Amino acid sequence: MTETPLLDLKGLTKAYPGVIANDDVSLSIQPGEVHALLGENGAGKSTLVKMIYGLVKPDAGSMQMFGVPFAPAEPRAARAAGVGMVFQHFSLFDALTVAENIALGMENAPKLRDLSQQIRHVSDTYGLPLSPDRVVGDLSAGERQRVEIIRCLLQEPKLLIMDEPTSVLTPQEVEILFKTLRKLSAEGTAILYISHKLEEIRALCDSATILRLGKVVGECTPAETSARDMAEMMVGKLLQTPTRAGKTPGDVVLELKGLSAQSPSAFGMPLRDINVEVRAGEIIGIGGVAGNGQDELLAALSGEMLTSPGMIVFKERDVSLLGPTPRRAMGILSAPEERLGHAAAPDMSLTENAMLTAAARERLEKGGLLDWGAAQRFAEKIIETFDVRTPGPGNAARSLSGGNLQKFVIGREVLQRPDLLVVNQPTWGVDASAAAAIRQALLDLAENGTALVVISQDLDELMEISDRFAALNEGRLSAPRPAQGLTVEEIGLMMGGAHGMEVAHV
Amino acid sequence: MDLSAINPILFVAGFLVAATPLIFAAIGELVVEKSGTLNLGVEGMMITGAICGFATAVETGSPMLGFAAAAVGGAVLSLLFVFLTQVALANQVASGLALTLFGLGLSALLGQSYVGIKPPRLPDINFGPLADIPVVGPILFTHDIILYLGIALVAATWAVLKFTRAGLILRAVGESHDAAHALGYKVVRIRTLAIMFGGACAGLGGAYISLIRVPQWTEGMTAGVGWIALALVVFASWKPWRLLLGAYLFGGITQLQLNLQGAGVAIPVEYLAMSPYLITIIVLVILSRDKSAAPACLGRTFHASS
Repeated sequence: MTETPLLDLKGLTKAYPGVIANDDVSLSIQPGEVHALLGENGAGKSTLVKMIYGLVKPDAGSMQMFGVPFAPAEPRAARAAGVGMVFQHFSLFDALTVAENIALGMENAPKLRDLSQQIRHVSDTYGLPLSPDRVVGDLSAGERQRVEIIRCLLQEPKLLIMDEPTSVLTPQEVEILFKTLRKLSAEGTAILYISHKLEEIRALCDSATILRLGKVVGECTPAETSARDMAEMMVGKLLQTPTRAGKTPGDVVLELKGLSAQSPSAFGMPLRDINVEVRAGEIIGIGGVAGNGQDELLAALSGEMLTSPGMIVFKERDVSLLGPTPRRAMGILSAPEERLGHAAAPDMSLTENAMLTAAARERLEKGGLLDWGAAQRFAEKIIETFDVRTPGPGNAARSLSGGNLQKFVIGREVLQRPDLLVVNQPTWGVDASAAAAIRQALLDLAENGTALVVISQDLDELMEISDRFAALNEGRLSAPRPAQGLTVEEIGLMMGGAHGMEVAHV
Repeated sequence: MDLSAINPILFVAGFLVAATPLIFAAIGELVVEKSGTLNLGVEGMMITGAICGFATAVETGSPMLGFAAAAVGGAVLSLLFVFLTQVALANQVASGLALTLFGLGLSALLGQSYVGIKPPRLPDINFGPLADIPVVGPILFTHDIILYLGIALVAATWAVLKFTRAGLILRAVGESHDAAHALGYKVVRIRTLAIMFGGACAGLGGAYISLIRVPQWTEGMTAGVGWIALALVVFASWKPWRLLLGAYLFGGITQLQLNLQGAGVAIPVEYLAMSPYLITIIVLVILSRDKSAAPACLGRTFHASS
């Protein structure tokens, strides 16, 4: 290419104590190009974009923008140079309005009234409907993302960085996002698109750079490369697809009868009249956009949140008024979404964390005294069975990487031989091979007669392991349907279609 | 008992004075908490301000210099809290309690040679004919400049938080320090400034007690006003005008119970003395049933991990 690239990275290196996050990474992006950055968790994608966005300073290497050296000392400088970033997490303020949130991300923000005008204008132009006066805490995930995108677009960026943008969207919302991105690209804005959803990258991106363990391991043209080839470049080995033998489900284990409950948190979603039966050996997959009652459903099933009598029946016994400990003793186990702080106590060791949920079922507690030896053996068994990478069970939960802790948290419940296992986002933020291992463990569990409720945002995952699929939308559960043969459109409709997208015309 | 001994005009004028130290301490703490930091050291910063202001006023003969020194003293003491919580990432509750204990001890030490001295008086502002208006004049126009400054400070804080970019950034840091950091705002620097502002305000409040309300120095003379200020911020739902209202309520009942004591009401003095604390908190609890107003990051330690 003879054109001067919009952004040219040469030999970027960044090391943290004990790990090289980026090792001699080079890539270049042309104006109007949609460039994918692929890699597993921990491959160094986030570090790389943080360097471009001025949040992290590289140890070595250089960046050039339009042929001019570019070394942003802070995000403000990067924004001034025309780099916009849509974050995966952590960049919106729940208690502030849309307009205030956007003003915070701008240099020289105009008066709020003028800004509201501009927000309306941009949202009309790009088909992203959004009211500037609403409080962000009340918005859906798709709408929150629109806030971030509009915040970037108002600064007329030359390069837009998107970090895992579609993980929280319904298929219809993804379609609209892609239309917006294609329109931007046609206007000459380059897009650096981070994702691990390969089919999306094949549909959207012009070129891709693949990172593994901080190094560039390959480049490709996504449209001409199969998803499987890209996945194997990312992981560096052949992927095992989880398998299971077909089996007829057994007796009804769990029955929800008109389950309704208020959410314990202010920005939560109440559960509304949920009716479903789960049988032994069956996996029911529950999809839906985050914040539609997933956390509340898990809390109601695990016993953290009590409901009115008669709503939750386990093996023909009403458990609605039992707390988590008696439910665990009966065989109802759960693994919530938030690893640090909910599923595991961050500053306690793995042995202690094993004790916390397994005391009753693994007989780690005798006459009120704790059997630490047995707890440690149990923790070691989890570490070994689930290939948890850690120096030993005495390490604090916080010291494990996300994927390893997730393997521990799921493994801890799986090894307690549950009769009913409820998991929320079992493979969130876990690399592809670990995710495959976790899914296989869930399938094996079903094989042995456990009933499973798997709540997830990852539709591919749900389609892969579920027998039946249902979607949560505004706290209501759609009627479950056999997962086999469901189309993306049908799933999208079950999830409630595109939130507020009816007025969008791109 | 003779209730007619209570002069309503003097009573109202008196409670404006009684409320002023509380207004200063509470509005400073409100700004600190809006930035996401919980500083329980208000009492310590107040008493330090009280002695710094008192000593400076006595030595220089200028009450205004005294107030300036009180603000500086409170702010300097708050730097200790900044160091503990923002640099050393210590627990905020424990650090705040330590600050209070330290401030009480430090002020006792500094104040040893000032017991029993009368400070120079800060003159009231001369409003000319305005002060001669019946009823309104003596109530509103016979005060010193610091009292008006307190009210102005509440108005200014409200306006800054609501209408300015600086206020928006401050609130944003208190709502989500991670998000603010990701956008490139200097969380620690903003919180440091907020804490120092809180310290300066608490110092002014303390000096108002030692230079104007009581005009003398005794150990521990702030007598828990700093703690009431902390409660006031919470029960006022972090809203400046509601905070002003709560402070006047507290000041009013304090003044009323003093007057009732003077009038010889047949209620034990202890009950009267505790009434301002009780009634203020009860009223504010009833007012503050909209619970969602607390800054989401209040009291949480921020560590920039990139």
